[in-house]
Amino acid sequence: MDKNNLSEFIIEKGLFIMAIFSIIIIFLIISFVLLEGLPAFEDYGFFQFIFGLTWAPNDSQYGVFAMIIGSICVTLLAMLMAVPLSLLCAIFMAEVAPSKVRKILKPVIETLSGIPSVVYGFFGLIVLVPIIRENFGGTGFSMFTASLILAVMVLPTIITLSQDSLRSVPHEYREASLGLGATNWQTIKNIIFPAALPGIITSIILGMGRAIGETLAVIMVAGNVVQIPNSIFDPVRTLTANIAIEMGYATGLHYNALFGTGIVLFIIIIGLLVVANYIQHKYKVDVGGGYL
Amino acid sequence: MSIKIWSPKISQKIMNAVFIISGIITILLLVLIIGYILIKGLPAVSLEFIFSDPIDSGKYGGIFPMIVSTLYVTAIAGVVATPLGIGAAVYMTEYASENKLVKIIRFGSETLASIPSIVFGLFGLTFFVLFLGLGWSVLSGGLVLAMMALPTIFQVSEVTITSIPSSYREGSYGLGATKWQTIYRVVLPAAIPGIVTGVILGMTRAISEAAAVMFAVGASLSVPISIFDPGRPLPLHLYILATEGISLENAYGTAAVLVIIVLAITIISNWAVDKYQNKIMGR
Amino acid sequence: MNRIEVKDLNVYFGDAHILKDINTEIAKNTVTALIGPSGCGKSTFIRTLNRMNDLIPNFRHEGDVYLDGKDIYNPKMDVVDLRKKIGMVFQKPNPFPKSIFENVAYGLRIHGVSDNDKLNQRVEESLKSAALWDEVKDKLDNSAMGLSGGQQQRLCIARTIANNPEVILMDEPCSALDPISTTKIEDLIHKLKTEYTIIIVTHNMQQATRVSKYTSFFLNGEIIESNLTDKIFIDPKNKKTEDYITGRFG
Repeated sequence: MDKNNLSEFIIEKGLFIMAIFSIIIIFLIISFVLLEGLPAFEDYGFFQFIFGLTWAPNDSQYGVFAMIIGSICVTLLAMLMAVPLSLLCAIFMAEVAPSKVRKILKPVIETLSGIPSVVYGFFGLIVLVPIIRENFGGTGFSMFTASLILAVMVLPTIITLSQDSLRSVPHEYREASLGLGATNWQTIKNIIFPAALPGIITSIILGMGRAIGETLAVIMVAGNVVQIPNSIFDPVRTLTANIAIEMGYATGLHYNALFGTGIVLFIIIIGLLVVANYIQHKYKVDVGGGYL
Repeated sequence: MSIKIWSPKISQKIMNAVFIISGIITILLLVLIIGYILIKGLPAVSLEFIFSDPIDSGKYGGIFPMIVSTLYVTAIAGVVATPLGIGAAVYMTEYASENKLVKIIRFGSETLASIPSIVFGLFGLTFFVLFLGLGWSVLSGGLVLAMMALPTIFQVSEVTITSIPSSYREGSYGLGATKWQTIYRVVLPAAIPGIVTGVILGMTRAISEAAAVMFAVGASLSVPISIFDPGRPLPLHLYILATEGISLENAYGTAAVLVIIVLAITIISNWAVDKYQNKIMGR
Repeated sequence: MNRIEVKDLNVYFGDAHILKDINTEIAKNTVTALIGPSGCGKSTFIRTLNRMNDLIPNFRHEGDVYLDGKDIYNPKMDVVDLRKKIGMVFQKPNPFPKSIFENVAYGLRIHGVSDNDKLNQRVEESLKSAALWDEVKDKLDNSAMGLSGGQQQRLCIARTIANNPEVILMDEPCSALDPISTTKIEDLIHKLKTEYTIIIVTHNMQQATRVSKYTSFFLNGEIIESNLTDKIFIDPKNKKTEDYITGRFG
């Protein structure tokens, strides 16, 4: 092996190690979080941990079920608000808006996604919480407030990804439909949107993942009471909030139970990711299709 | 069968209006949030606020240690994640041939990007702070942020490098260059605008993050000198000021500084990337 | 009687002058072929006739195009109606990712036909006119993506016919097809010309002689020569036309 070949060989192996770094990190994260979290499952009981209704570290009660429900409710409500607006906005940018308008909207959406989540939370705390309190009663710290903030936070994710998916619909479909005398809206509704649907669903799922994983913005406005909410104006605590609020002073089994909460969160996210990947590959539209 | 209430032309007009409204709402949301934070926060921001130490846990005084902490953790994240991200992207685009491995690495990167920041926080605590014994320090915080920024840098770089026309590579090979020479001298320079964008996106994520570092960086109010000192980055400071009700005025000020930093980075980097692109394309 | 008249048409994409001073007439219920080397503007020309070029952001035109005496670029002209009257078949078969039936029914549905019997009847008629019925009648619910390229192109023609157009524009409809499929499409064009005005872009000169009554030769955005197809191929008036059809360039 001459000098050139040797250095090429070393470079390739070095780059290979860099490439598998992500995998190594995930492996480390899983093993370390599991290592600290498993004692909670073992000592407290897996089913009791997942389905237990009481979270009272002082009495050694560690049931996270209310938090699971809290996370799911906050996320679903947020999606209910965010999905229609994001899809309309994505279609507007991909199919309707003239390029000048598009040039304004693109940086707007980039900036929305760049605003730190703490700033969103802070805005919710000082602006939304009082508005909700005055109009709907209660403290203003509620599932609804948290969902509102999350809805704005996931907008950029859903808009950007759905827009990519709409744009990747082959131009030929558009021409064929317009060539038959369809209006732009008929073309969008009947051809482009259905063809882009797998990608759009993926974008919604990834948006959900972001909402479930969001921590501080939610803590700042959700009220964080451990309970299954009866109304959308009740305070809730999410899985993420549970970890962030109590980690600072947890010891012993309490400490393990918070890592256990992290494991539950992790499993939900991986589940969403697997579903998203499945949809994307299974329903991929064969562009151009057929055989010539 | 649906009942036709509207003719196609009328529904087209209605939908156009709906689309325009959705665009306007999106713009208004941004203007509202940024505008509110800046209007409320800018009066609190002054040179003194930026360059002085906090007094009484941040009730009075400035945010200088927080700015230094932010610079520290972001720089550490950038130094660690940038070579890793670019190296991984180069491997994936120029070397990797086994389809299965490529898929696993890509899935790994997607997973890393979707892990909630608070889980990174837990990991940072057990691994960097306790297991590796780095303690509550800007180093621990920076390393956690590096892991979070890695997938962004990797993904954007990969897309950019893939889009470099293969004619560039062929031109270089045709002159007898080795693979690495081709990558280093032809492919990477052409990909720089995209890679820079990726690095900046990753860094913006690191600057904005609080949940992931809250258990790794400590919450110290003094200026970190070495990388083993604890610190308190701006977002974490804002979180503490706001939730512990220490000072609303200083919270506004901190939020404004944070928003200005993020805005400035986005605007300047967009401008610089455009400029570089025009230069190498001879426009 | 002339169905389409084009007067002093100039088309620009940004600064590029694509079509220059086009004056021509297209006769009713005949086949007119447009020939010429790649990039001569023949595709742009037919896309001007159903205003498909409107989709291109920097498209600009001067001059007039009349369909049955009406100016199609008149601001009052309804583009949607126009495209219903002037159907188009594209270079590459572009069926929608839907069933065979839904592809043909698409135009009917968007124009408000919702009666099932009527849909079934029109779909069958159109597929028969497009000489595809026998091949697909048992699998109307299958995806159109499973058809061969030639079948897909005939499906696209059926989809256009279902709309009951007056004019059919065909932009190199056989360029992506094998010889057998090409023959089938050409036979189909012969069958359709009694009912429809057909304008076909082709750079296959044999095809032009086989299917068309009139031929226009385009070069660099201008019409060099228009005449009966027989005349233009046997006795071209212009030196450039002669050069092209004898294969000296292009």
